[in-house]
Amino acid sequence: MSDSDVTVSVDGVPRRVPASATVAAALLQLGVTTFRRDLSGQARGPVCGMGTCFECRVTIDGQPEMRACLVPVREGMRVETDL
Amino acid sequence: MSERRRVDIVVVGAGPAGLAAAAAAAARGRRVLVIDQGLRPGGQVWRHQSEAELPARARTLMVRARNAGATFAAEARVVDINSAHELIVDFRGRIAPVGTESIVLATGARERFLPFPGWTLPGVMGVGGLQALYKSGLRMTGKRIVIGGTGPLLLPVAAALAHAGADVRFVAEQAGAAALLRFGASLGFSPAKLLEGARYRGAFLSTPYRTNSWIVAAAGEGRLRSVTVQTGKRQVEFDCDFAAAAMGLVPNAELAQLLGCVMQDDAIGVGALQETSVAGVFAAGECTGVKGDDAGIAEGEIAGAAAAGDLRAARHAALVSRRDAGRRFGARLATTFAPRREVLTLAAPDTILCRCEDVACGAIQPEWSQRQAKLWTRVGMGVCQGAVCGPACSAMFGWQGNAVRPPLHSPAVGGWSESLTHEG
Repeated sequence: MSDSDVTVSVDGVPRRVPASATVAAALLQLGVTTFRRDLSGQARGPVCGMGTCFECRVTIDGQPEMRACLVPVREGMRVETDL
Repeated sequence: MSERRRVDIVVVGAGPAGLAAAAAAAARGRRVLVIDQGLRPGGQVWRHQSEAELPARARTLMVRARNAGATFAAEARVVDINSAHELIVDFRGRIAPVGTESIVLATGARERFLPFPGWTLPGVMGVGGLQALYKSGLRMTGKRIVIGGTGPLLLPVAAALAHAGADVRFVAEQAGAAALLRFGASLGFSPAKLLEGARYRGAFLSTPYRTNSWIVAAAGEGRLRSVTVQTGKRQVEFDCDFAAAAMGLVPNAELAQLLGCVMQDDAIGVGALQETSVAGVFAAGECTGVKGDDAGIAEGEIAGAAAAGDLRAARHAALVSRRDAGRRFGARLATTFAPRREVLTLAAPDTILCRCEDVACGAIQPEWSQRQAKLWTRVGMGVCQGAVCGPACSAMFGWQGNAVRPPLHSPAVGGWSESLTHEG
């Protein structure tokens, strides 16, 4: 994609991501695969890509349980995963 | 008092069927509000970042809906209903009631996921799911991908990902070769569909595409490293970055069920005018049965005209014949690409079944009813409301669809409290 980039903070680290990406696509592009952890601590990541499965939930700008596949990135956005 | 919006027709879903319904209804002078949870209209099949990427008929339909005066609400979803004439809508986190005379449900379909060992590893996603993430900005260059699933979606997705630079290592179609040939022959007068398939095939000739093949397991520590594919009598392991694994599509019928619409199998039951069993509620597109976007558009045109009270237009012969051809095609799709027994029995006892509540397959006793299983294990009672494990349980245990309860989507807490404050 040739569009411009924006800077988002991913678990406290500033990262450049494509401005037109969703949070889910941007995180995967950065190599982040663990979005949340299940009750036993196992890693989970995006599955359906369209807001149905809720597996890509992360905290965005302090708001927990946001579906990363539905939210476009924005300059200055803070994203927190379950690391 | 919270702001109260009133329109003539609410269309839920801005995919091909919803856009057609909106265009048809708005062109007849009705105030139409289209609610869609995406950032842009188009639904899943026409997901895009700029309209230039879209096929001409998609752009035409969007322009028609826009020019006819339909209003489009993006990132909006119906979370509850007061009646068939009042929906509770989450508009980007602000909850507001919307009054309406009629509703056209064009809620589309989602993928059917079936559990197999390792399917919860990050990197294992849907077939449409991986394509959606690609269309949402994930670059494919050099990514090693294995695709396992069924139906006409596999080849176009494989071709698109290969075209985007992915190393598509294997495409596994669970249906048998004989069934596929029968399916091709049954299309008969419509070889365009076969040619379409051949064209996709040509786009990635170096990629093995095999029938009678399916992903049996995924492996990795904390993320996907490899998948094992059953192909004929052999098992082959492929290292990969992403696995796209889903077994066809199932209709999104939750809102229809909340409204009290009668279901037909797993789809919304509709009559000749796309009317459901609830007065004033119509349905169009994949939510009335998976059949492809052309018939979905015809259904949308019929539903939009009927909702606007123009019954003559809704009975237009050309539209009806396109719709009916689509329904026949859908029936053939369902039989040709029904998941085979082997893919329903891949899960091990410790394989997760309900991904929200972390219920393992082995926790479900075969003699349990769905109700018993829910009581004892909370299967299907998590945040996705059984959207993922519901169709799996139907296929594996013969359970009926999940009972639907509001809210259909968990809205942000702030949205609710704001709405309560305003009402209070």
